[in-house]
Amino acid sequence: MTTVSAVSSRKGRNVELGLLVFAVAIVALAYINVGVAVEGAIPPSLVAIGIGFVGITAAFHVTMRLRAPYADPLILPIATLLNGLGLVMIHRLDLANGRDLGESMALRQLMWSAIAAGIAIAVLIILRDHRILRRYTYLAGAFGFALLLLPLVPGLGVENYGSRIWIAIGPFSFQPGEVAKIVLAVFFAGYLVQTRDALSVAGRKILGLTLPRARDLGPILVAWMLSVGVLVLEKDLGSSLLFFGLFVAMLYVATERTSWVAIGLLLFGIGAWVANLLFSHVQRRVLLWLDTFSREALDTSDQLARGLMGMASGGMLGTGLGRGRPQETYFAESDFIIPSFGEEIGLVGVFALLLLYVLLIERGLRTAIGARDGFGKLLASGLAFSVALQCFVVVGGVTRVIPLTGLTMPFLSQGGSSLLANWTLVALLLRISDHARRPVPDPEAPNPVANEQTQVVKLR
Amino acid sequence: MNAPIRRLSFVVALLFASLLVSTTMIQFVFAKELNARPDNRRTLLSSYARERGQILVGDTAIAKSVPANNQYKWLRTYPGGAAYAHVTGYYSFYGAGGGLEQAENGLLSGSSDKLAFRRVSDLFTGRKTVGASLELTINAKVQQAAIEALDGRRGAAVAVNPTTGEILAMVSNPSYNPAPLAGHDLGKVDTAYKALNGNENKPLVNRAIGGDLYPPGSTFKIVTAAAALESGRFQPDSELPGPAELDLPQTTVGLPNIGNRACGPDDKTTFLHAMEISCNSAFGHLGLELGADALRDQAAKFGVGDQLSIPMRVTPSSVPAELNQPQLAQSAVGQYDVRVTPLQVAMFSAGVANRGTVMKPHLVKSVLSSDLSIIERAEPEELSQAVSPEVAAQLTEMMEAVVENGSGEPAQIDGVRVAGKTGTAETDRVQRAHAWFTGFAPANDPQIAVAVVVENGGDPDSEARGGGAVGGPIAKAMIEAGLQK
Repeated sequence: MTTVSAVSSRKGRNVELGLLVFAVAIVALAYINVGVAVEGAIPPSLVAIGIGFVGITAAFHVTMRLRAPYADPLILPIATLLNGLGLVMIHRLDLANGRDLGESMALRQLMWSAIAAGIAIAVLIILRDHRILRRYTYLAGAFGFALLLLPLVPGLGVENYGSRIWIAIGPFSFQPGEVAKIVLAVFFAGYLVQTRDALSVAGRKILGLTLPRARDLGPILVAWMLSVGVLVLEKDLGSSLLFFGLFVAMLYVATERTSWVAIGLLLFGIGAWVANLLFSHVQRRVLLWLDTFSREALDTSDQLARGLMGMASGGMLGTGLGRGRPQETYFAESDFIIPSFGEEIGLVGVFALLLLYVLLIERGLRTAIGARDGFGKLLASGLAFSVALQCFVVVGGVTRVIPLTGLTMPFLSQGGSSLLANWTLVALLLRISDHARRPVPDPEAPNPVANEQTQVVKLR
Repeated sequence: MNAPIRRLSFVVALLFASLLVSTTMIQFVFAKELNARPDNRRTLLSSYARERGQILVGDTAIAKSVPANNQYKWLRTYPGGAAYAHVTGYYSFYGAGGGLEQAENGLLSGSSDKLAFRRVSDLFTGRKTVGASLELTINAKVQQAAIEALDGRRGAAVAVNPTTGEILAMVSNPSYNPAPLAGHDLGKVDTAYKALNGNENKPLVNRAIGGDLYPPGSTFKIVTAAAALESGRFQPDSELPGPAELDLPQTTVGLPNIGNRACGPDDKTTFLHAMEISCNSAFGHLGLELGADALRDQAAKFGVGDQLSIPMRVTPSSVPAELNQPQLAQSAVGQYDVRVTPLQVAMFSAGVANRGTVMKPHLVKSVLSSDLSIIERAEPEELSQAVSPEVAAQLTEMMEAVVENGSGEPAQIDGVRVAGKTGTAETDRVQRAHAWFTGFAPANDPQIAVAVVVENGGDPDSEARGGGAVGGPIAKAMIEAGLQK
């Protein structure tokens, strides 16, 4: 008993601080590396950008000490490191494309990082207990679906590069799908925690698989139809896969029934197959995926091919930051940021990046296991898995594991909505983690009331 | 709910494992293949950014890179110009094309595996990696003589050193100027390339080793004669039928002599005389006597059908696989569907000159590093034994007689024993025949073997006025240049 309480009472804030210093140091080194490689000198902007970056990190860390002292000490440093490396690569592409300070994407990314971290800090301060979110389950559901479908509203939604997943208000454009991911995870967690008993009732058994009752198929069919709707109407395979995958995974965690996964995979297979039969934009993606270097595919788009050639030119060790030609690929700073890294820091570097993600996701799942309430478990595992799925969709897309779709790499990719969403996600994970690792009041501890001698009252 | 969460982490592990595999496939397993793609702009740009090796003839660079004040860093120039265009090829935005630029791109650009050790040492010493230079076997005098003697006529001329296989000259007309193709203005490069590629005379094709190939005409009689002597059934003084037109079995069409004259009294001639005057009927008869297999085998021993790279790929010459009797007789005099490169014809002569041994032809003498130290030096390599030394000696005598008192008289050089063979290759009835000459000198100590073809330069009525008169002087000029000290 004593050992358990000793472990769980370790806060880990000093570990976090150490790792944060390390993360910031790596980012600074990478930034200097780019400057030296491209311009032959330590970039003067290092101080300004460095102060900004350190400021954000420090503010976050202080908040952690005050408001989430027991949270997992790895999550924040990993997110910081990824965000910082993304900044470096975007800055590097600024230099390659000759963008000056006014149109610098890195500067804008830094600004968005600050805003995103600010919102995440606010979430940590305002949201004292993640279970409060459960009260807003259905509100979150409505909001989530609204966000998802918002790009379809005429006059608001914008179609960019074949996908209708942006909304534009004045000069600002936004990908609501990124935020929808989190809101829907809240909804799914709240909803499934209520209905898990009904959904896990056994139905008929076929081929050794216990199927659910037909009447319980409603929710998964609704989720499926929505994801197919996103695929068909917004032409966005990535988001569609992400939302449906998230739902099925959380359904599985809630009910512990493998049959849900089987049904989900089957439904997704049917949806994808039919979509490939009916819609030319899906067929194009499949062609580009399977036959990237055919004449026909290259005439459609050589983006994927260029990305692959970029990665290949990096080889095992990469060209070195600032020494490759990532700008040869379109969207080198957003959807194709992984090929940009692959080119400049090599296969070894990409492995390291992927392992950072694995570590982040693993800490998320660990949080889910440690969480003491069903809602927290579901939410944490859903959020962690959504990051995993998103990484898979993005990296799998650019490396031809699956058809290419337009999603952003969490933390690395350039893009405000992506940063906002992912930092908020991290804040929620930290909140649940803080709750999970907070020591439980010891039941054997001296309790003034418990120590009172039982009064024996003589009745007679 | 903990068990499914643990299983979920297993799914995550699987997802990421697939990403580790896919990135490894791209960045490690297939990286080389992807980098070598012709449409890979990164490879192209990085090769532009590195100083490319020179191509040297003697001490003179015929292709070299000079610093450029733009993003490409280096500009490829061709001091050798059109005279060496088919040797150098060109280096453009579309990649290296033709010639050594393409064939030895790895060495010139510095990316070849042969230079791996050097690259690693460059990495540690901080030296800039530059491409290797190529020193050629070309003799500038022979090359120049060939160009001047061809005088702009369409055709090709090749000279080789028969004892080593070194290519001393390689000319293909018409030629082109590689410089515009290597420029940094994409629009101009495009225009220049389109003009050259669309030209009906196909200046980009190196006729000496490729293109549509030529019928060898009577130069192929060297092969037929070699097969006849090797068979042991014929000697130079053997008597052969030499009518004005050889009756061919299975057909009403005959095999006529050029000029339609009999090769000797009573329609008879000797093997030697048939060679001297290039008697079709006698050689057609030899072909029929020897059979298609013997003829094809003999041709193969001279290198016909071999996949050669000098290091440019040489289109293999060919004797048809299926020959009926009339086709066999026609093939024996180098007609029908026999197709050769001028280089192959030079190898006929070179093989005879080198006591029957055909040496592997090559263009690069040595590979030099940027500080001109030798990385690799070409050693003479035997390709095949075409005929025995005795037969080679007999053939040499017969070919000497061709120049001494036969159709090859225009190639005579005072004080030098020249051996040779003329050819007049008919393509069709409308166009004039191609004029051929191949030979070597000095016959007693062969130092240079040549082959010359002038398209549509032949005279269908006279071998002497065709191959001899047109090809002979060109060969003579090249041999004279080659024997100069």
